[in-house]
Amino acid sequence: MNINKNIAISETGFVFNPLTGDSFSTNKIGQEILRKLQSKTDEISLVEHLTEIFAVDKATAEKDLSDFLLILKSYQILIDYE
Amino acid sequence: MNKPKITVAVTGLNNIDSPGPGIPVIRALRESQSYDVRIIGLSYESLEPGLYMHDLVDKSYQIPMPSAGTNSLLERLNYIHQQENLTLIIPNFDAELYNFIKISSVLKNDYKIATFLPTLEQFEARHKSVLHEFGEANDVKVPFSKMLFSPNEIYTLGEEISYPLVVKGKFYDAMIAATPEQAVNYFHKISAKWGLPIIIQEFISGNEVNVTAIGDGKGACIGAVPMRKLYITDKGKAWAGIALDDPEMVAIAKKVIANSKWKGGCELEFIKSREGEYYLLEMNPRFPAWVYLAVGCGQNHPEALTKMALGEEVSPFESYEVGKMFVRYSYDQIVPLNEFEKISTTGEL
Repeated sequence: MNINKNIAISETGFVFNPLTGDSFSTNKIGQEILRKLQSKTDEISLVEHLTEIFAVDKATAEKDLSDFLLILKSYQILIDYE
Repeated sequence: MNKPKITVAVTGLNNIDSPGPGIPVIRALRESQSYDVRIIGLSYESLEPGLYMHDLVDKSYQIPMPSAGTNSLLERLNYIHQQENLTLIIPNFDAELYNFIKISSVLKNDYKIATFLPTLEQFEARHKSVLHEFGEANDVKVPFSKMLFSPNEIYTLGEEISYPLVVKGKFYDAMIAATPEQAVNYFHKISAKWGLPIIIQEFISGNEVNVTAIGDGKGACIGAVPMRKLYITDKGKAWAGIALDDPEMVAIAKKVIANSKWKGGCELEFIKSREGEYYLLEMNPRFPAWVYLAVGCGQNHPEALTKMALGEEVSPFESYEVGKMFVRYSYDQIVPLNEFEKISTTGEL
């Protein structure tokens, strides 16, 4: 699981994919996930991190993260994600 | 620094909803670091908006429609040259290029007017009607296409092509037909406007991405900027677009320009399929109407063309700014009636 290395993420949560020209905006949680993905954090560690800093149980975090990663894949932000 | 003064004649002043590239080219020339440019607008109709943009266009002249042939064009350019002492002409319409290419050597030898145009052979090789062969020659994927001269041929296509398909005019216009009946309807609509043949092309689903580029005529690509349309009008024109970081598209543009030794500005139109494959839909033999985005990204293609036309060596641009966007707008110019009268009656403004 790798994030497209050229993705630009601003402090306001604006995400730009320079390969496709697509742009998105995401909330604080999305920004946190994207930043962690940029620092090569794997999915299991990401779930742990989310349960530590947000008020969410492990099962919910796993499901929501999986949904979010699939969205990132469909927008070509995430590559090599099955 | 004193910049040399040059006089450049530019066509394509129709800055309308399906805009010609003239005004963006003029804006680029106005920003030239190397030349102090006087702009002569060349128009075909009295309502081309660029005629009335006096901050961009210094003087305008009507010229004969391309169907009038090269003699009428040359005669008119001779008159304009006597008034303005033209340094360079940059034609910007597909439909007029044939005539300008034909007379380019006369312009150079007899009038000392420069152009920087593809050869007739290059111009013909990338026609929509022979795009398939062009794709093969340049190792670029091209959707299946076929030339039709009669609407009846649509019903005989059989398994050659499936629906939806794209019905295209030889110069402009493209419509997506879902049924043979729709295709026949579009055949009549487009052929009434642009004549025959009509081109039927396989429909490829994906994102429309384009490259504006310029070749030096010796195989070098002097500049290339890829763009994705973000907002498309009902005529299929980009109303907004963004510069992409897409090395593969730039590489394809460089390959096509190197193989064909393309001379001048051009636009490569692609569909990028969901599988990430690029299909060349068209190669337009002149700058696109969005060429000013390249200037905004740090590559002034019209200025580079001017330099090469005037015999200067130009080094290829090595980078451009990704993520720069263009967003068009419409603007109501207020025009005194006497200006409209002048261009309509005297052919000059």
